[in-house]
Amino acid sequence: MFEKFDPREGKKLEIMNENGEITPINEIPLMNDSQILEGYLVMLKTRVADEWAISLQRQGRMPTFPPTKGQEAIPLGALMALNQDDWFVIAYRELSGWLYRGIPLRNWYGYYYGNEKYAHLPTNKYHTFPPSVPIASQLLHTSGLAYAEKFKKTGRLAIGFVGDGGTSEGDFHEALNFAAVWKAGAIFIIQNNHYAISCPREKQTITPTLAEKGFAYGIPSIQVDGNDILSVYGAVKMAAERGRNGLGPTLIEAVTYRLGPHTTADDPTLYRSEEEVELWKPKDPLIRTEKYLLSKELLTSEKIEALKEEFLAFAKEEFQSVETSEDPTIEETYNYHYKELPEIMKEQLKERKERK
Amino acid sequence: MRALTLLEAVNDAYKTEMRLDPFIVTFGEDVGVEGGVFRATTGIQKEFGVERCFDSILAESGIAGTAIGMAAAGLKPVIEMQFSGFAWPAFNQIVSHIARFRNRTRGAITMPIVIRMPYGGGIRALEHHSESYEAIWGHIPGLKVVIPSTPYDAKGLLISAIRDPDPIIFMEPKRVYRSIKQEVPEGAYTIPIGKAKVISEGDSLTMVSYGAQMKEATAAVGELKKLGVSVELIDLRTIYPYDKETIINSVKKTGRFMVVHEAHQTFGVGAELITKVVEEAFLYLEAAPVRLTGPDTIFPLPRGERYFMISTDEIVKNAKNLAFYSI
Ligand SMILES: Cc1ncc(C[n+]2csc(CCOP(=O)(O)OP(=O)(O)O)c2C)c(N)n1
Repeated sequence: MFEKFDPREGKKLEIMNENGEITPINEIPLMNDSQILEGYLVMLKTRVADEWAISLQRQGRMPTFPPTKGQEAIPLGALMALNQDDWFVIAYRELSGWLYRGIPLRNWYGYYYGNEKYAHLPTNKYHTFPPSVPIASQLLHTSGLAYAEKFKKTGRLAIGFVGDGGTSEGDFHEALNFAAVWKAGAIFIIQNNHYAISCPREKQTITPTLAEKGFAYGIPSIQVDGNDILSVYGAVKMAAERGRNGLGPTLIEAVTYRLGPHTTADDPTLYRSEEEVELWKPKDPLIRTEKYLLSKELLTSEKIEALKEEFLAFAKEEFQSVETSEDPTIEETYNYHYKELPEIMKEQLKERKERK
Repeated sequence: MRALTLLEAVNDAYKTEMRLDPFIVTFGEDVGVEGGVFRATTGIQKEFGVERCFDSILAESGIAGTAIGMAAAGLKPVIEMQFSGFAWPAFNQIVSHIARFRNRTRGAITMPIVIRMPYGGGIRALEHHSESYEAIWGHIPGLKVVIPSTPYDAKGLLISAIRDPDPIIFMEPKRVYRSIKQEVPEGAYTIPIGKAKVISEGDSLTMVSYGAQMKEATAAVGELKKLGVSVELIDLRTIYPYDKETIINSVKKTGRFMVVHEAHQTFGVGAELITKVVEEAFLYLEAAPVRLTGPDTIFPLPRGERYFMISTDEIVKNAKNLAFYSI
């Protein structure tokens, strides 16, 4: 199936367009209406939670925060196509997938708020790695996870996320090659949001697509409309089938656009025009899904407004629990370096407690 | 003269040198169009063109590795690692090649490269954005490591670094990037690498610090004066090769020695300096030397950051104890 969408021939998988119209494609797994509605709810919740975090940052209540606005369909569509116990390996912009997996919003907020305890995600429950800030490094972890699951014959897969800029790091290329050589059940998703901070996608590589990088490693690779949750879902579903059948990894370039700043510390006016942003606004994954659901009468405008309120109240509550929770103790800043704290560190801790 | 921030002084050093030397090129992530995430390279692409100042692809190993080729062929690369915590993909190129080419080729191929990187905490940053790893770089034979603490020094030291025939890790204290302003002369001037600066003369004790930590150290000196403790405060400025002479001479005068740095303690700069003092001024010491440092823990996320940073009060307390200690 992937051959029919060879990115080198300029092909890209698109199922639901900007107007919320769906054109099913033979053999490509299609989300049903109840799944689309379920996905929409998570996307909306993500959007509201994300925007609340930005406003908290502006109020000085949240440190630097990386918004996910515009990219919600990608981690979400991907996880909807996988099992709850497939590994989810993120960069730092995958809030929608995080929520879909059932990880509390407070953990996302809390990590960025700056307390390590929120990155304590039991693996048997979530099969999720915490945010990985060193660009592209997490993809090698993905390959390793996929190898281990193959070794254990669990049928579990590992999905790893990276940005367009991340495809320039050596780790990206090594991760693809490792997984390919091992025929491991890894799925690599590039969230091509067109910028790596200020650096536009065109300056990152001269190939017309990022997807085609996969062919150098013998990996079936495809470009999909990343603002269309159905395209992402369909591609990941097929990739998962390959992976579970022992056929090895797949690379998916999901084309999207970062509607917000890189982080709250970034000033996008330095490197991109307002017109360009305007061009992408109508392609917003949330809007098109909404259009579809409205046209199908699976949703009403009133219901959407009510949901927004409900989600905002939820986001506020989640943040409040973070903001009012205890800061780490000095012991906590020591105790997790090793299973057993070395004597020399114990002494230092004691001395510093007296000093502070 | 005009008052500049440390960041503006870095920018000024760049422009001053790039006007004089057409072979200087600078690149790194976001340094071109945007002028760097901190704006250290603002306006450079505009003035000197995209061939001399450009956005590299997102690959630190590539940034350092290509600088090697450029340097060998006669260019003068001044490269930026966006944060010192993201220099690690380049570690291999820096340690395995940049630091070693001169020795490996017995001087045939040399590496006049400056590797700039903002470092240090206290800014409520995301993971990997707050570390102070100067000791790791200082440990590598073949590298020089420089850390300015003021705008004036930043300009003079960066110009010296650019003119230096050997590779320099130039670490910039991002916590004070914009918080101090100082008169900085127009045009080129240099500050010798390997020379510390005596900030205040004193005879009760010798205190060495550097980088952002100088802010609290300087404030502590004022407090200590009120308590009758006269501190000889030395800004190390160069981590390696450090200015042994200034330190030893001072300790011989004061008989008491203390190092203050934000970085982890174990195997740190303090460990090295104290060893040197013990080796060369043992008979002058009136008390055991003291190191006041960051803990040997991973730098905490913002809510635990306070456990890492060293306050003026702590410096005062420790310095007082040292000054009044008697055997
Ligand atoms: C190894 C490394 N180098 C540099 C950085 C600083 N940095 C953070 S995000 C970023 C750009 C990433 O762009 P991209 O991969 O396209 O992902 P996006 O942020 O757009 O989602 C950079 C350079 C980093 N986090 N890690």
